[in-house]
Amino acid sequence: MAAIDGSAAPLLDVRGVTLQYKTKDHLVTATYRIDFQVRRSDRFILLGPSGCGKSTLLKAVGGYMSPVEGEIRLKGDIIKKPGPDRMMVFQEFDQLLPWKTVRENVLFPLLASGRLSGSAAERKAMETIALVNLSQFADSLPHTLSGGMKQRVAIARGMAMEPDVLLMDEPFAALDALTRRKMQDELLALWNATQFTVLFVTHSIPEAIKIGSRILLLSPHPGQVKAELNSLAPDAPAAELDLLEKRIHSMLFADAVEETVPHE
Amino acid sequence: MNETAIARAELIREPIPSSRFGVVAKPLSTWERIANIGALRKTAILIVLALIWEIYARWLNNPLLFPTFSSTLAAFRDGLIGGELLQRAGTSVKVLLMGYSAGIACAAILTIVAITTRVGTDLLELLTSMFNPLPAIALLPLALIWFGLGNGSLVFVLIHSVLWAVALNTHSGFLSVSNTLRMVGRNYGLTGLRYVGKILIPAAFPSILTGLKIGWAFAWRTLIAAELVFGVSSGSGGLGWFIYENKNQLEIPNVFAGLFTVIVIGLLVENVVFRNIELRTVRKWGMQS
Repeated sequence: MAAIDGSAAPLLDVRGVTLQYKTKDHLVTATYRIDFQVRRSDRFILLGPSGCGKSTLLKAVGGYMSPVEGEIRLKGDIIKKPGPDRMMVFQEFDQLLPWKTVRENVLFPLLASGRLSGSAAERKAMETIALVNLSQFADSLPHTLSGGMKQRVAIARGMAMEPDVLLMDEPFAALDALTRRKMQDELLALWNATQFTVLFVTHSIPEAIKIGSRILLLSPHPGQVKAELNSLAPDAPAAELDLLEKRIHSMLFADAVEETVPHE
Repeated sequence: MNETAIARAELIREPIPSSRFGVVAKPLSTWERIANIGALRKTAILIVLALIWEIYARWLNNPLLFPTFSSTLAAFRDGLIGGELLQRAGTSVKVLLMGYSAGIACAAILTIVAITTRVGTDLLELLTSMFNPLPAIALLPLALIWFGLGNGSLVFVLIHSVLWAVALNTHSGFLSVSNTLRMVGRNYGLTGLRYVGKILIPAAFPSILTGLKIGWAFAWRTLIAAELVFGVSSGSGGLGWFIYENKNQLEIPNVFAGLFTVIVIGLLVENVVFRNIELRTVRKWGMQS
């Protein structure tokens, strides 16, 4: 383990990143001196309660805002602006372009960024759509799809670009519990097939354990790193999974225990 | 009371296969389907209105004040066959299209500047609040001095009537594009005009279309009114002038035929041109129901 850690340079390197944003009458510090490194093929989870700046952190990696302190490097280059090497999957269902069909939605970034063209782009788009099991709906417009299907298109759109890292901002949070579980399984199956690198934001501990290979715990107001843990394989014994969940839970809510005594 | 403590047996049932149901989906009756066609419903309303017109005019029996629908239609038909009405309408529509497209082009430039710079936004907001309430006709005397008696003046007032409505709607459409879609566009690495053209314009299309419709209506009214005020350019005036001339000669059915032409063109553009654009874009994309 130590040998691998020493040799492989991190794909995404976040060092001492402080993020601030302005509201109408406040300057809010969202995260304070965050450090973490994502390696190739990691399923890296940012986990924390609301207000810990995990979505803001993801936006900064996406290039939508720049840190006031510290730096974010992707393959050694400082991230300055949004770009197709960091495809984002958002939580909102309205992230697909409503005037394009499923196929066109997946195809468009390939063409717009000049990554592929002509029939090669077409083939790539159809391949990825098949990967998320939506071949039948390739010519449907987004408003005719269900929420889960829209998120699958968004994931296909991200994967077709083969980005250095796929950024996912609570992509399953707006789905119902059953669809959500199915989507988590599908995401893992996709990862097993292509081993893409993904940075995944969630506030659900079970989701983090299930999807992640490594989990970064953040504490709120402002977001600071609390721990960086290894997750378990999805087929690990239930008792171990349970133990990890309890451990993360107690770490995240350690400060809040006195305020909110459980009722049980 | 401890109802919760009463043990209840579990229930497991086998659903009946759907083949054993009587009706799962039944086609609508012919009458229901006919009533669902918007064009037919609107035609029915038009027929009723025409009937009311005819009955009232016959009862009034004063062709100088209010000719019947049938005599208006006859005058309209004569005008069409004689070619005068068509030619007049053609003159009007030509000027109208010139002014309309020039107005849209100006609006496009103004909104793109407004969306890319803060000064541009301020400029657009100021200019719109200054000039939008100003009736285009009020500028006609000035336009006549500047551009002389001819199409130049008409195009000028038309631009004024189209520009603000279109610019205002397009700009508010751009502002209401969801933040997620903006981020998606920038995620693809789109910037500048490509970003505006590929993301903002389609995403704001419902508002843009409303602006175009309002602009069209404003342009039509302004043109007819302007032609009524002056109107002869190089011997052949437009529809407004046709109406004015016939009023002077007390050819009231012709006046009505002129007005009727204005209405028919308005109906056609609204229900054929804009309707089809709407069906092919915002309706199809599910952005408007």
